[in-house]
Amino acid sequence: MSGKAKKGKSVLPGFGLTMGVTVALLSLLILIPLASVLVYAFHMSGKEFLELMLRQNVRQAFVTSISCAFIAAVVNCVFGLILAWVLVRYDFPGKRLMDGMIELPFALPTAVAGITLSKMYSDEGAIGRMLEHIGIKASYTKVGLTIALVFVGIPFVVRALQPVLEKLPETYEEASTMLGASRGYTFRRVILPELMPALLTGFGLALARGIGEYGSVIYISGNSAKEGTQVVSYIIMQKLNSGSVDYEGAAAIALILLLISFFLLFLINIIQIAASRRTKQ
Amino acid sequence: MKTKNRLKKGIALGMSMVLLMGAVTGCGSDKGKDKEESDTVTITNVSYDPTRELYEQYNKIFKDYYKEKTGKMIEITQSHGGSGSQARSVVEGNEADVVTLALAHDITLIEEAGMIEKGWLSEFEGNSSPYTSTITFLVRKGNEKGIKDWDDLVKDGVEIITPDPKSSGGACWNFLAAWYYADKKFGGDEAKIKEFMAKLYKNVLVMDSGARGATTTFVENGEGDVLIAWENEALLSVKEHPDDYEMVTPSISIKAEPSVAIVDENADKNGTQEAAKEYLNYLYSDDAQKLAGQNFYRPSNQKILETFSDTFDLSVDMCTIDDFGGWDQAYKDYFQDDAIFDEIYNQ
Amino acid sequence: MKNQESMTMESSKNQKGAGSGEGKLARCLLIGISVLFLLIMLVFPLVEVIYRSLKEGLKMYGDALTAPNTLSALGVTLIAAVIALAVNTFFGLCAAWLITKFDFRGRQLLSTLIDIPFSISPVIAGLAFIMTFGRMGWAKPLIDGVNDLFGTDISLVFSVPGVVLATIFVTFPFVSRELIPVMQAQGSAEEEAAAMMGAKGLTIFRRVTFPHIKWALLYGMILCAARALGEFGAVYAVSKARGKTFTLPLEIDALYMAGSADSITQAFAVSSLLVIMAIIILILKQIVEYRGKREQ
Repeated sequence: MSGKAKKGKSVLPGFGLTMGVTVALLSLLILIPLASVLVYAFHMSGKEFLELMLRQNVRQAFVTSISCAFIAAVVNCVFGLILAWVLVRYDFPGKRLMDGMIELPFALPTAVAGITLSKMYSDEGAIGRMLEHIGIKASYTKVGLTIALVFVGIPFVVRALQPVLEKLPETYEEASTMLGASRGYTFRRVILPELMPALLTGFGLALARGIGEYGSVIYISGNSAKEGTQVVSYIIMQKLNSGSVDYEGAAAIALILLLISFFLLFLINIIQIAASRRTKQ
Repeated sequence: MKTKNRLKKGIALGMSMVLLMGAVTGCGSDKGKDKEESDTVTITNVSYDPTRELYEQYNKIFKDYYKEKTGKMIEITQSHGGSGSQARSVVEGNEADVVTLALAHDITLIEEAGMIEKGWLSEFEGNSSPYTSTITFLVRKGNEKGIKDWDDLVKDGVEIITPDPKSSGGACWNFLAAWYYADKKFGGDEAKIKEFMAKLYKNVLVMDSGARGATTTFVENGEGDVLIAWENEALLSVKEHPDDYEMVTPSISIKAEPSVAIVDENADKNGTQEAAKEYLNYLYSDDAQKLAGQNFYRPSNQKILETFSDTFDLSVDMCTIDDFGGWDQAYKDYFQDDAIFDEIYNQ
Repeated sequence: MKNQESMTMESSKNQKGAGSGEGKLARCLLIGISVLFLLIMLVFPLVEVIYRSLKEGLKMYGDALTAPNTLSALGVTLIAAVIALAVNTFFGLCAAWLITKFDFRGRQLLSTLIDIPFSISPVIAGLAFIMTFGRMGWAKPLIDGVNDLFGTDISLVFSVPGVVLATIFVTFPFVSRELIPVMQAQGSAEEEAAAMMGAKGLTIFRRVTFPHIKWALLYGMILCAARALGEFGAVYAVSKARGKTFTLPLEIDALYMAGSADSITQAFAVSSLLVIMAIIILILKQIVEYRGKREQ
């Protein structure tokens, strides 16, 4: 990545400087340390690697992490869309307060969130007791796990949608309604396509965050291999803390996790750039 | 060309920023160390979760003792966490002068990294275990499910809380205690023992990553009917909530020996070998042994242990880790990937 | 652009004033769902923390907050947050300028690489520094060399600098992520014009770019600070000494793990300190956003 600027394209100064700083800091603080861990994954032979990935608990953890993060991201898309819509389109008392709360999951330490959620949804907790009446057990099941992931993921979706919704002129919908389209039709055909890139971005970020999440899920999930509530981060921790410290195994699993989220992030970046090109045209 | 030059300048700037930052933060920590060097010795004790209260109190009496004996002040930095992860942190550079961990196997890990000299296990009395404990059951007041012994844990509908042996030292003791019971019951018939163990672990409702986490799940969050716990943890919970819990001691259990050792590599480097030795030796003194008893650890000194006979059930039939061929063998046989625990748990 | 926006404003005002019957129903329903969702997901946990922290009375609350361990943790947390904020702001500005003002090969890749800390498991983030600078790390001889040379005793893991590094790691992309879309939307025509007229780089940035991005920058910095204050997983890996290198979230965990009823109440009391900090930060953020919007 020796950044060859297409010369003559930009008259702006600072290419060398910013490139230098960006690459230097990125390498020193993120990439080199990260590589130092991940290199352990290559101490394994291909066969060992495959065997590890096919182990029942590892496979199960990937399935759990990805499926729960996926469901949480979908839930977040639905509620995120409603929230963003309400926050942008309507005026009502308490709106600014509501708007301000969206980032709470960012600001609240994950451990605090984890401890609090596991207490609230346990059989002793306020919500846990209510849920038990209708026959749902939340704490120490996949339900609780997914709830924790919804909690950490919601700001990503709302914040991705808000700016786009703000720019989307209501005249679109009015025109569509005037032409006799139903509300549902207008939403599906006019609004949703415009929101799609932002929605996908939010979805992808929430998903990527959810797959690797540790602090907030560890207390509520129960980590039972039988119930399938061990997440990938837990398995990594287990590999490291077991009596025979397994750096190779932990690094290998982390590498796969990283590849998945890297792929997701890359996709998001492409979507974003494509979207910004489209609006520019 | 020009771009290249600028690039170089930029990189240089970036590097110097980072170095500067390192220097600034480095100096910050440096000052702290200078202050302590004067007349005070500082040692770091890396321990496991349940010993927080014990060492908080022990450090106080040790400070007085050390001052009296050598005329020097001593500061002790405490570190607590899961036993396995604490051992790992020492290998990774957490500068412990002494380690006081849940099982010998975790200390072996540090020994294998070349940081502790061989033969540490016999450096101090009683396999370097100044206090011991055993595995018991904590149940809710009234003991509705009538849990008296290991047999009762495999009954249908009993919900067990125990930590994960793959990440918690305490959980390994739990497993081995149950195994020893089954071994006696079925006269060593391995198929039957495994069946018993599989049933037991099928009843496990929540498997936390550490012993403290499991206690919290059972006591604070109210999950499960029975917690398989360190005796000291169970007694502590009963003392905290006398109206809510009671402890049940099974007929057969295991003598759990939390081990201590000097981390020679760090102690030599820090010049704390003497102080570290003193610190661990004093654990065997009468005062410290009493303190251990008050904190619900069984003192290794038989005489003092007997004075606590109304706290501890001294009649339990206890096996030791030697019945399993020592920790390293036991770990290989039972807890490594694809060993017996995986086999029965994944059935 | 401006025209369109004002049009939107007007039409939205109309909509807000008079809605059809069906619209009103939908509106109430949607607001109702939103409020309910936020109540259950966000407000309840917050109330729970505050309630539990005050359960044993104010004295206990005060004692918990003034305990030496808490104060030490507060200090470490603030040091880490301030340094992380400074480094990431500087980096964010550089990275955003690079990515939005120039077209070069690998731009997409670079921008994705910056986002990595967002989604990496915190467990691995902490381990990354241990495997670089720790006892088993390849850079350990380098650090020992520096220490020998200057007679210092610097250690980059299991120490305050380690906490700082881990905090920087997890909050790395926050500022750049806020700046990049804004600067992309802005385009670089104004800057280019200024450059043609002979303005120097720093002047262009200060006079032309900065006014456009200052609110986004502030917003990014606030998010970065919020995250830095609350990080747990990564810091947990490199910080083991309570009362020395512990941050507030670690102190909370230690108190919670101590297991007695009192210490759990103390854990929630310390949590409430973080919650209050979070709320202050969110209020600041709200003001920043509001101002930013009004200025536009």
